[in-house]
Amino acid sequence: MHAGSAAADAAVADRAESGVAISALEIRDLNFFYGSFQGLKDINLDIIEKKVTAFIGPSGCGKSTLLRTLNRMYDLYPGQRAEGQISFYGENILAPGSDVNLLRSRIGMVFQKPTPFPMSIYENIAFGVRLYERLSKAEMDERVEWALSKAALWNEAKDKLNQSGLSLSGGQQQRLCIARSVAVKPSVLLLDEPTSALDPISTAKIEELINELKKDYTIAIVTHNMQQAARVSDFTAYMYLGELMEYGKTDEIFIKPKRKETEDYITGRFG
Amino acid sequence: MQDKHLSSQFDEDLNSLCAKLLQMGGLVEQQIEIAMRAFSQMNLDLCNQVIESEKTVNSLEVEIDSACVELIARRQPTARDLRLVMAISKAITNLERAGDEAERVAKRTRRIINEAGNFKINAAEIKLSGQMAIDLLRQSLDCFARLDAVAAAKVVQDDKQIDDEFRGFVRKLITYMAEDPKMISTGLDLLFIAKAIERIGDHAKNIAEFVIYIVKGADVRHVPQDDLIREAHK
Repeated sequence: MHAGSAAADAAVADRAESGVAISALEIRDLNFFYGSFQGLKDINLDIIEKKVTAFIGPSGCGKSTLLRTLNRMYDLYPGQRAEGQISFYGENILAPGSDVNLLRSRIGMVFQKPTPFPMSIYENIAFGVRLYERLSKAEMDERVEWALSKAALWNEAKDKLNQSGLSLSGGQQQRLCIARSVAVKPSVLLLDEPTSALDPISTAKIEELINELKKDYTIAIVTHNMQQAARVSDFTAYMYLGELMEYGKTDEIFIKPKRKETEDYITGRFG
Repeated sequence: MQDKHLSSQFDEDLNSLCAKLLQMGGLVEQQIEIAMRAFSQMNLDLCNQVIESEKTVNSLEVEIDSACVELIARRQPTARDLRLVMAISKAITNLERAGDEAERVAKRTRRIINEAGNFKINAAEIKLSGQMAIDLLRQSLDCFARLDAVAAAKVVQDDKQIDDEFRGFVRKLITYMAEDPKMISTGLDLLFIAKAIERIGDHAKNIAEFVIYIVKGADVRHVPQDDLIREAHK
């Protein structure tokens, strides 16, 4: 699975050395169906490693659907199916035989509303780690500290690790969810409107965190806030009615988009 | 700008910015016209009129710039809206400087009137290039109003004629001054006037380049003219 094979690792190392952008995820001819309704149409897109890719578009355009296909979250719902190919470092994650649990540990997801488990802050982090790894108490303590530090929450949470995750503020809860995703050491983080329920200060902290996390992780973020996409992302994809209208460097999309549809949307002429 | 935003207030704000820029452009155009008339007629009153109007142009520049900052802060414009606001902010600097050049023409003319009263140097090139500069500025503002990148490229090309006139006049002036050192003082005044007109042409050219930036999204400053024309016609 993922970069597991030596050949894949070698290929990635070669491309990294040559300075060529490496695609963590290569989406090819992706179609997605909610029963008979087609939610995504012929999506072709590369998500570049250790960069932030933002998905923007009006409600119902398919951006969250696309994000949910990237770790097969849709599998949880009967009647939903994806066709095409999504290569995660060379492995097609849509193939019937792929290990979905392992996939979700490699491609973590954070949702719109903070969803801490009703357990202690410590256990919120440790719970997921135990599903994939057997760590000693000391190792687990270390992992919890590491994950909370990565999510910029350690200083605020270190003295109350035994308190319920629900006792934290909304912004802290969302960072706890990010810590929980990071704890299992994924290589990709999917963020589905991670700040839409947060105040501006918590939002700024999460955005700062995204900037820090991209040094180690590939990040895909769905956001309704176009300024947020402009602020945090390296690449931006504009989606409309299930189609990928335009994809390119964020600077280009926000200063000189190629398509009129994209320009109409980002300048607020869409209606 | 064509097409409406979801927010009609945003449209109004952008339209008002454009209207103010054109108003400022009209004022500067008038200033240059009066300055050139003052030079042709050696008229002191007209010189003072140009110098006096500089204050209005300056205050318009400050007003438009602050409206640009406010619009960026409130609306966070993107794509062509962002390009438009940035171009307006830069274009008004060029307009204000063109106004300064008109003032320079007026002040130098006033000096000639006060000191020499008249001069024997043939200044046909100054009058001709003055008219060309006024036309060029008017055309660049027209391009701005119509967002016409092709016509803007023509303005950039035409600026070369003013530059040629300027160089021609400088050569002639050197001959006059070499022949009769008494002409040096007036000659230098005329040189500054010719240079001011040449600079007005440059400002008109800059504004035309901003029009190409707004419409095509390409920064054509300091690029070879062939590339600029190609970009404008894309």
